[in-house]
Amino acid sequence: MKKKVLATLLSVAMVSSVLAGCGGSGDSASTESGSEAAETTDAAEETADDAAAEEGTEEAAAEEEIPTSTFGDPNGTHLEMWTFVELHGQHYGNMVEKWNEENPDRTIEITCTTYPYADMHTKLLTSLTAGTGAPDICDVEIGQFPNVVAGESTWLVPMNDYAAPYLETMVKARMDVYAGADGNYYGIPYHVGAFVMYYNVAAMSEAMGLSQDEVIAKIDSVVTWDDYAALGQEYVDAIATEGKYWTSVDTAGVDWQWIAMAEYGDDWTGGFDEPANVQLDSVKQMLTMEQNWVNSGLAQVSPDGHVDLEAGFQNILDHNIVSFPKAMWYMSRFTNYMPEESGNWYIAKCPVFEAGQPCSVGVGGTGTVVTQQSANIELAAEFLAWAKMSEEGEQLIWDNLGFDVCNTALWNDDAFAHDDSNQYNAFFINYPYDVLYSIKDDIGKIYSVAISPTINEQFCNVTLNDILENGMDVDEALQAAQDVVDLEQ
Amino acid sequence: MNKFKKFFYSQKVAPYVFVLPFILSFAFFWIYPLCSTITMSFQDITPTGTEWVGLKNFSKLLKDTVFHTAILNSFEYMILTLVLLIPFPMLFAVLMDSRLVKAKGFWKACLYVPALTSVVISGTLFRLMFSEYATGQMNVITTFLGLGTFKWLKMKATGLTALLIVCCWRWTGVNMLYFISGLKAIDTALYESADIDGATAWQKFRYVTIPLLKPTTIYVLTISVYAGLSMFMESYMLWAGPDSPNNIGLTIVGYLYKRGITKNQLGYGSAVGIVLLVIALAINIVQLVLNGTFKKEED
Repeated sequence: MKKKVLATLLSVAMVSSVLAGCGGSGDSASTESGSEAAETTDAAEETADDAAAEEGTEEAAAEEEIPTSTFGDPNGTHLEMWTFVELHGQHYGNMVEKWNEENPDRTIEITCTTYPYADMHTKLLTSLTAGTGAPDICDVEIGQFPNVVAGESTWLVPMNDYAAPYLETMVKARMDVYAGADGNYYGIPYHVGAFVMYYNVAAMSEAMGLSQDEVIAKIDSVVTWDDYAALGQEYVDAIATEGKYWTSVDTAGVDWQWIAMAEYGDDWTGGFDEPANVQLDSVKQMLTMEQNWVNSGLAQVSPDGHVDLEAGFQNILDHNIVSFPKAMWYMSRFTNYMPEESGNWYIAKCPVFEAGQPCSVGVGGTGTVVTQQSANIELAAEFLAWAKMSEEGEQLIWDNLGFDVCNTALWNDDAFAHDDSNQYNAFFINYPYDVLYSIKDDIGKIYSVAISPTINEQFCNVTLNDILENGMDVDEALQAAQDVVDLEQ
Repeated sequence: MNKFKKFFYSQKVAPYVFVLPFILSFAFFWIYPLCSTITMSFQDITPTGTEWVGLKNFSKLLKDTVFHTAILNSFEYMILTLVLLIPFPMLFAVLMDSRLVKAKGFWKACLYVPALTSVVISGTLFRLMFSEYATGQMNVITTFLGLGTFKWLKMKATGLTALLIVCCWRWTGVNMLYFISGLKAIDTALYESADIDGATAWQKFRYVTIPLLKPTTIYVLTISVYAGLSMFMESYMLWAGPDSPNNIGLTIVGYLYKRGITKNQLGYGSAVGIVLLVIALAINIVQLVLNGTFKKEED
């Protein structure tokens, strides 16, 4: 008889734990602890002590501190804001103080909560789907934007009217990437994210036995990727040390493919109308070039996949690489994580495949949205547009966040661009905005549409690893990627 | 009042009243989500509306190579965890139960403490330890041993090793406790009579301990099969998200999370969940039948 009881107990334990696991898909808020919860169930049926212990674990996890800051007038209209970068929250804090000074009759109190990246986007999508619980204002990273903008005006407030006063001087491409399929603007950008090349002039001049000015002259004469590789070869030959490379290529980021596409005016997403196609000549050309560099020892594969990670910072600090292309927002990584590199680095245009091609593309970014669940849509939207697009807002974005702001009128404004008290101007050998201004008309864009997350995921997980780490044939790897992309469209 | 008392003192009604809270929570938190998962797996759920799509989600799963990778990974992981997490905890349990080990409480606590730590924190620490950079803990060790450095979390074999290390670190103590409680239930008279018959330690283990531990072993096996197939947190923490190079760390639940939550394709995610349910149930039913759990008692 005992066995029968055991059998019943086991079946119940088994079925219930399976159910608990599946329940996670419907009840998304707790999915991350879903598997753990399932195990809690098992434990509970064996000994009560175990169960108590397991629950303790979960509580401890739930109690992790979430930074929350409240700014502004406690008697004003309350707005809730979510972000995944604490500094972004502080920006709104600063802006709300200014807003309250200028608008004493419509004061605001804002609470900014910083969640970890993935958690914040998951929470936002869940609350938007559920129709309740979303904040008034929320930062959305560009890679996640298609998932959120899928809800168009059901979920989000079209920002067209609120942005209108500032549109004239804004980089239009950056507004377009945060547009929905219906053509409305749903997100407000922080920055252009113009793709440029960073060079460690100090390390190069030491290795090559040249003065800094001579190195800069060489860098300035680089026009094509061939020139860039030739200069790199010169450096690698000069330093001739194992573990020292010219640059590092990414397996966990598609920036290099983006710049290649922008130079040829391609876009693998196909925009809102065309089907996606990753087997573009520009992409093939870039991948083949990167693969050759890895094989010839000119480039290494970025540790942990790309340069914007702890391992990447360490790699730069160790001078294992002395140049790399990245968006202009990477400047803040230098000041935050590599302050000892101050005065060593020079920013220049990105090379092109054929002289005369546009040499930049807007990479990365965060669009801030206002949700339809807000009780004060009008005020939230007006404040958001002002905080991010007005001159006051852009000034703070540059000073505190170090972004290349979207208001082109400021790019050659001497007081703005050449202010030596600005930490970024002080950090680099040249003025970042001078580079930005010189490539003003060369900044392309790649759409961020429903298929984009699939493409990015396939490239970062599989394709780039296959090509750069495992030496797979470029055509073969791209065909495999296209097959995965086709399944989704 | 009398009626009320009678109602609760009734032997027919009282049991139902006592199990009611469980039944209600079971229905509300488990039966209802299961049913809605099944319904949702036949739907395409978008922000703007829900549409019935028949078997489309399932036929897409058949062609979805990433999903196939996830299934394969989960299976490999499950089988390897069974190989590691049943014999070793059993061995430790026997050791803890024997007179060979001093300071048992200390060792038990050492093995059990990992299960109490948050996976979020331990996963992050393990991620740093398995960093491919030369200063990562594991690479320091392998370099010291003259093996050179590894890109731990980029290659299939080393990635799986890392996952198994995390898993063993975390669950060995828990399984050991199950086995210890199983051992406590074995009548010591059996060992005494085995001693009188001149059985060696190995013979006692083989012919007394293992057969009498069978119910515990089956229980551990059943939960391990499911836990292995549904593993998610460990891989999520080790790769800081559901994405990993060449999908080496992608599991079925990881894929469910990615589709259902990250990409907000709840219909497709539900289909993944249903497939997981079917696989886990099938394996466990076969396993339980083969182990004779459903057989009628012979005594």
